[in-house]
Amino acid sequence: MATILIVDDSASMRQMVEFTLKEAGHQVMVAEDGVMALNLAKGATSDLVITDVNMPNMDGITLIRELRALPAYKFTPILTLTTESTTDKKMEGKDAGATGWIVKPFNPEKLLATVNKVLG
Amino acid sequence: MAIDIGQFVQTFFEESLEGLDIMEAGLLALPPGAADLEQINTIFRAAHSIKGGSGTFGFKEVTDFTHVMETLLDKMREGQMAVTGEAVNNLLESVDCLREMLMAVRQNTDIDSARVENLQGRLTRLLERNNTASRTADATGNLGSTASQPPPPPGGWLINFRPHLDLMHSGNDPVRIFRELATLGDLTVRPDFSRLPRLAEMQPEDCYLAWELELRGAASQEVVTEVFAWVEDDCDLSIEPLADTVAPPPAGATAAEEPGQGELLLERRGGDRRKSDRRGAGTAADSASIRVGIDKVDAVINLVGELVTTQSMLSALGVDFDMDRIDKLHEALDQLDRNTRDLQEHVMRIRMLPISSVFSRFPRMVHDISEKLGKLVELKISGEQTEIDKTVIEKIGDPLVHLVRNSLDHGIEPPAERGGKPATGVITLNAYHKSGSIFIEVGDDGRGLDRDALRRKGLDAGLLRPGEEYSDEQIHELIFHPGLSTAKQISDVSGRGVGMDVVRRNIQDVGGRIQIASQSGWGSKITICLPLTLAILDGQLVSVGHDCYIIPLLSIVESVQIRAEAINRVAGKGEVLRFRGQHLPILRLYEQFGAENAVTNLENGLLVVVEADGRQVGLFVDDLQGQQQISIKSLEKNFRRVAGVAGATILGDGRVGLILDISGLIRVNNAAT
Repeated sequence: MATILIVDDSASMRQMVEFTLKEAGHQVMVAEDGVMALNLAKGATSDLVITDVNMPNMDGITLIRELRALPAYKFTPILTLTTESTTDKKMEGKDAGATGWIVKPFNPEKLLATVNKVLG
Repeated sequence: MAIDIGQFVQTFFEESLEGLDIMEAGLLALPPGAADLEQINTIFRAAHSIKGGSGTFGFKEVTDFTHVMETLLDKMREGQMAVTGEAVNNLLESVDCLREMLMAVRQNTDIDSARVENLQGRLTRLLERNNTASRTADATGNLGSTASQPPPPPGGWLINFRPHLDLMHSGNDPVRIFRELATLGDLTVRPDFSRLPRLAEMQPEDCYLAWELELRGAASQEVVTEVFAWVEDDCDLSIEPLADTVAPPPAGATAAEEPGQGELLLERRGGDRRKSDRRGAGTAADSASIRVGIDKVDAVINLVGELVTTQSMLSALGVDFDMDRIDKLHEALDQLDRNTRDLQEHVMRIRMLPISSVFSRFPRMVHDISEKLGKLVELKISGEQTEIDKTVIEKIGDPLVHLVRNSLDHGIEPPAERGGKPATGVITLNAYHKSGSIFIEVGDDGRGLDRDALRRKGLDAGLLRPGEEYSDEQIHELIFHPGLSTAKQISDVSGRGVGMDVVRRNIQDVGGRIQIASQSGWGSKITICLPLTLAILDGQLVSVGHDCYIIPLLSIVESVQIRAEAINRVAGKGEVLRFRGQHLPILRLYEQFGAENAVTNLENGLLVVVEADGRQVGLFVDDLQGQQQISIKSLEKNFRRVAGVAGATILGDGRVGLILDISGLIRVNNAAT
């Protein structure tokens, strides 16, 4: 069991990801935007962060930079959720310090497969 | 593990419809030519979310359509495309189209694909015109991958993997990659220690090792490369076919076919899932729900806590009560009274929604209609955070639409006819709370009501008597009469005068009133006054004989004592009271309801002057009692319908009090005389 932080401004996405990961036995923290996520991260460590890129208040790219600056999150795997089929969004995330990405649309099985891959 | 994502589809619809509202509001606020980056970004984000969600839930048509919109918005956001009026209008139309698509998917009906294709084509052409060469394939949603792939190697791959020192700084881990490779075939890992520094120089966070990997199996190069996708910029990587393998086995042909079959299977499964999603959504759409802010729920929980405290105080008092503790009892009862009132107020607040949900449709409507009519109109909205009961909100929408359309069509003049006024007309929508009611105002600075024309119409229709003087209010009131419209031409915007009477009836149905003030040449203002809620009303208790009746406070004008000399008996009108220059019909409630032991001498009782439908009548009662909030129970459901009675309530002493239906009583009175 791992603790996973989910960040997405879309409620349906959050619900879907949260449900899937909880079903798989993980502990889940949920944030609606980067600001909320950063506040959560400052109070608790997690084993994995999954974040959307386009969000109000603080976008995913900024969040990743901010997280990497926290000692507790220096090596935490961070995955971006991205619909961008082009590579620049993925790379923008990577440049900011993301571990990898999950391309939307995805189904619960694909999500779990990726999460398991990262968590080992 | 199989997870049914259908259970989240309802949330997807709700947030998508909200997203569309955001897009619409954003587009309307986007002046052509301007590049308000934050605004475009907000619109883009909404489109982006809808695209992502629809893809996840398998609504491919929605995904494809949104993709084109998103591409267009992205260009605008990046400054590669101008924000033209044409583009904005096309995007607005797309928002409508998308809304319809979502509704169709939700209700499991067919999508109007001709319209979708038409719009999608228009958006794509806009894109092409902007950037003739590139990315059109992308924009049409064709994300197909390249057809030509190198065939899988005979027996496996030799992978040279040399991570950059900082590979692990992004949270990546070579071991994870090896683990994944091992699932693809038989993996041999040979580390290369050559870069390893002396221990003293070693940075614990850096990756000094490199590896040579041998993967034996049928995995394609694409699959193997995919494993390294997250780190391809963080390492030197080469993937080559293993040199020492033997010629491909004949089974290769079937192996190449298998993925094809697998894809087919997956696709079919995907299709089924979509169907079940839609079914789930269709049933869920019927159940009404409201979103309530957590603070409102917390407030109620808080109050329930206080109520429990009061209750335990009272029980403790009740265990061995003696008269010495009467003060304590009073104190506790006062507290209970406060708790109950607060709780009632807060529970009601749960049903309250900001009126912005109604107001938000108007910017678009005003934009579209003013363009159609060739008028310049600015819409000013204020007080959109004013909260109203959900039921009232649902009923107030159509009347408001009608009023705003009227203002647009009949009120605001074309720019050339506006005389000394600014060419751009102003329509105002305002909402506010005042003394326990909600007021909504629809105003315009247009031509106002034509008093003379209305007067003529009123005379023609026999509603006014020739030669008599009428106040402005009485004349303006005429527009609420069925069949009266002074508009010289009938338009398809607001139509012929079948409206204002319906508007008034709708407002009255939710216990409200409507008034108009107008000045010829300078505009009109319509004020709607609504109760805060439909479940509770402020009532005046009156006694008639042994019974108690409740008159809605909103409909009471005043209460007067009667002097016998002011009463006339008018043929065909019954009793009337000369009152402020007019003749007020008197309705004796005890006669109406057959009450016994009531005061029958007019001088010994009171007359409560009430108003409904623009008519006044005096209700004769024994006496006034207190005013209080009345919770309305249906008489029809518990007994049967009674003319002149709107409902019933349980009074403090346990008796049933009837709530009077004032407009019903006035109708009864008119029919009787």
